[in-house]
Amino acid sequence: MSGASDIASCGGSLPVQREHGQRQVFCGLAGIVWLHRKIQDAFFLVVGSRTCAHLLQSAAGVMIFAEPRFGTAILGDRDLAGLADCNEELDRVVTELLARRPDIGTLFLVASCPSEVIKLDLDNAAARLAREQQGRVRVLAYSGSGLDTTFTQGEDTCLSALVPELPEADAGGEALLVLGTLPDVVEDQFRRLFEALGIPALHFLPPRRGSELPPVGPGTRLLAAQPFVGGTAAALVDRGATLLEAPYPFGIEGTRAWLGAAAAAFGIAAARVDEVTAPAVARAERGLERYRAQLAGKRISFLPDSQLEIPLARFLQHECGMTLVEVGVPYLDRRMMGAELDWLPSDVRLTEGQDLERQLDRLRADRPDLTVCGLGLANPLEAEGLTTKWSIELVFSPVHGFDQAADLAELFVRPLNRRERLAF
Amino acid sequence: MGAIRIAASMQDVHCVLHAPQGDSYADLLFTMIARSAKRPPVTYTSFQARDMGADTAELVRKTLRETVDRFQPQALLVGEACTGELLQDQPAALAQGMGFDCPVVPLELPAFTRKEQWGASETFHQLVRTLLRGQPPRARDPAAEGRRPRANLLGATALGFRCRDDIAEVTKLLDGAGVDVNLSAPAGASPEDLRRIPEADFNICLYPEIAQSTCAWLERMFKQPWVKTVPIGVGATRDFLREVGEVAGIDTSAAIAAGRTRLPWFSRSVDSTYLTGKRVFIFGDASHVIAAARIATEELGFEVVGLGSYSREFARELRTAAERYGVEALISDDYLEVESAVLELAPELVLGTQMERHIAKRAGIPCAVISSPVHVQDFPARYAPQMGFEGANVIFDTWVHPLMMGLEEHLITMFREDEEFHDEAVASHLGSGRVSSSSAETAARPAATAEPTMSADDMGAEAALVWESEAERELKKIPFFVRGKARRNTERFAAERGVARITVETLYDAKAYFGR
Ligand code: SF4
Ligand code: SF4
Repeated sequence: MSGASDIASCGGSLPVQREHGQRQVFCGLAGIVWLHRKIQDAFFLVVGSRTCAHLLQSAAGVMIFAEPRFGTAILGDRDLAGLADCNEELDRVVTELLARRPDIGTLFLVASCPSEVIKLDLDNAAARLAREQQGRVRVLAYSGSGLDTTFTQGEDTCLSALVPELPEADAGGEALLVLGTLPDVVEDQFRRLFEALGIPALHFLPPRRGSELPPVGPGTRLLAAQPFVGGTAAALVDRGATLLEAPYPFGIEGTRAWLGAAAAAFGIAAARVDEVTAPAVARAERGLERYRAQLAGKRISFLPDSQLEIPLARFLQHECGMTLVEVGVPYLDRRMMGAELDWLPSDVRLTEGQDLERQLDRLRADRPDLTVCGLGLANPLEAEGLTTKWSIELVFSPVHGFDQAADLAELFVRPLNRRERLAF
Repeated sequence: MGAIRIAASMQDVHCVLHAPQGDSYADLLFTMIARSAKRPPVTYTSFQARDMGADTAELVRKTLRETVDRFQPQALLVGEACTGELLQDQPAALAQGMGFDCPVVPLELPAFTRKEQWGASETFHQLVRTLLRGQPPRARDPAAEGRRPRANLLGATALGFRCRDDIAEVTKLLDGAGVDVNLSAPAGASPEDLRRIPEADFNICLYPEIAQSTCAWLERMFKQPWVKTVPIGVGATRDFLREVGEVAGIDTSAAIAAGRTRLPWFSRSVDSTYLTGKRVFIFGDASHVIAAARIATEELGFEVVGLGSYSREFARELRTAAERYGVEALISDDYLEVESAVLELAPELVLGTQMERHIAKRAGIPCAVISSPVHVQDFPARYAPQMGFEGANVIFDTWVHPLMMGLEEHLITMFREDEEFHDEAVASHLGSGRVSSSSAETAARPAATAEPTMSADDMGAEAALVWESEAERELKKIPFFVRGKARRNTERFAAERGVARITVETLYDAKAYFGR
């Protein structure tokens, strides 16, 4: 591996520049787009404004859904006038919905900015509605509001709401709990690897069905697959789980270290990890080879968007030889990023939060070869002659694990490649 | 959102919105859907929970100050999204108190109640009022001044359906009739341009959803008459030119006679016979729907079986139009309601927005898009107006194309009963929706089975009907491209009469009943 010597330990102390100002990022409602596909018997009901409904529609616009399992209960004038009316209206909408959709096992009431500002208590509403349903449907509430969540954080608040619902694990039951939504295909790959390693019991949160909640307890070893589930991790730790310190399973190194952390927690020897992963590693090496040549030496900047910026930057720098210009994150959760920060070069410009115009000024001065940004910015930046990669694709595509390492690199190669091909 | 559309349409205008971070998703509608190379000129205050304890008004002031410094707009629109409104910081009042050089246009949009188009219309109206404040009405007489009459084209916006090409087409059309375009707004105009509105002799309200209230106000204040016909379709384009003639005091009959469009001939040519009486469902914004209904009936010989719109502000006009076609207007923004109307009416063609396109695709019904909300493919690279004579050509092609394809595929299937072409295969351009849905053809199993087959109708009927195998065999003899319809009609006929078992008799009774 190329940059082994770069793995200088600059610890969790890597300096970060904090920014405050205009932001260009989705709110947590966007998480519904992948969560509803993962948890197949769940329905997500946003309690919000037309803006929220519109955001959901645009975020999900890429997909054609047969019967969408999400919707918006739109707050109107009347609702704003009195909370009592508002609650009544919500009860009506929910009762109707559940009557119409017997396939719903778990209903999430999702708070938005307006519902929070008018202090509509959805936790209470969820408890009330759950009682009415007499256990037929689980009703939970969480916030996807832009006031306290950005983009992928909506998954964290959603999963946090599930934590109190998890059954207690049997005493002495040692199990690995993998936290954060993964595409089914990736989940299955990891399942095979963990089984080959000899992990005694394995669960995923979120599960594919709301009715199959994994147990949690003192025997639970918690391994985060996504960097944005810090709140859920903390809640699981409160229920006795032990959080394993690991980087995220992006690229070969990340995936090997991630699997290694799980193996170590179960007393499985490192040699065994090497043995089990060897074929997949070799395959990934071969796949990555081609793209490394095209990425090496290229300069890249990340605008804050999905929280995946740090692990992806680490992968691109370490395994693909790219140079990091600026790595922006919506927020820095050092607890979840410890192992990743250790792997970043000590001179990287790390920024947290956003002051959009100033960040764009810096970007224009830096003129990196590739800029990772949200959809609202991509075309305008292309028009300024910068090459961009939409970050949202990194959230929706299978990019974790050995067998996706090359795919992940290819996502960054494609825009560069395209630029090269076109005559104008 | 409506305000953003106006700001994004114009030059040198900037909009500050008191809104949470997530609301900035609106930018991507412009940059991705319309492939806009510029970010829309909007700055969001992006307030978060932690700001709310502190002074959000200060955050508004800071945002305003920085925005004006950086962008130096000629006019500043200031407003709040729903959540912003709840904070009651009054950003517009704050801005007005900050002594900026440029005019500040407060966006007093009662959030939570109205919709995007209304917001856009209000914003445009307020902007025009603010910029024209104090200008006296002036006397105009093109003939005496020795010039051609001048018109403003009002209503085109960013994200509007085919606005870019409509403006070009209408400009050409007017030029041929001897009328100059003074300016087009909001799309492409700057605040400076808007100040020149009174220089025109009259206004043309191209998109009433956006410009009607402004046109009415300009008529009151500046004595500018306005043209109300929306020139979509051959007949409407002719009417439009006639109205322009009246308003401008010129003779436009030569321009009308010179109008080159292939639609009338194509529609009369025998090849189009199969279009006769095609049952069509129309949904979109009011003006496009009303225009489409006229084209569908008068110019293509379709039958309008349902029409509707999400433009509540134009409910009256829609109802009047619907009456003309003997249907009831569906005024709704609930797409589930629209979907059930489509499924119930089972039209042969849906003309709608991107929403209806999805609905139609799922139901396996051909569809063409006629109105916003738009999608990236509604911004074609080629010239594809909806308005004027060229627009009529475009409309003929886009509406007939999905039907042609439908027929073509049916013919293929009729002659080729082998694997790939067997008659349960779906028309390839219709997507795969139909294969999985329990649609009419799915039930057409090999007739060799002795037991009667079950079939549910397209709406997932309450009571399943039973087809006797002989009736099922008979059904198979009916030409493929009308078989689905025959099955539906027979089942409806049976259901209405409480017949549970469909026999050959029922089949022919139904055929006699429905005719055609
Ligand atoms: S930021 Fe708030 S108001 Fe805007 S879409 Fe998200 S939850 Fe709704
Ligand atoms: S009123 Fe409508 S357009 Fe304005 S912020 Fe609310 S939802 Fe958006």
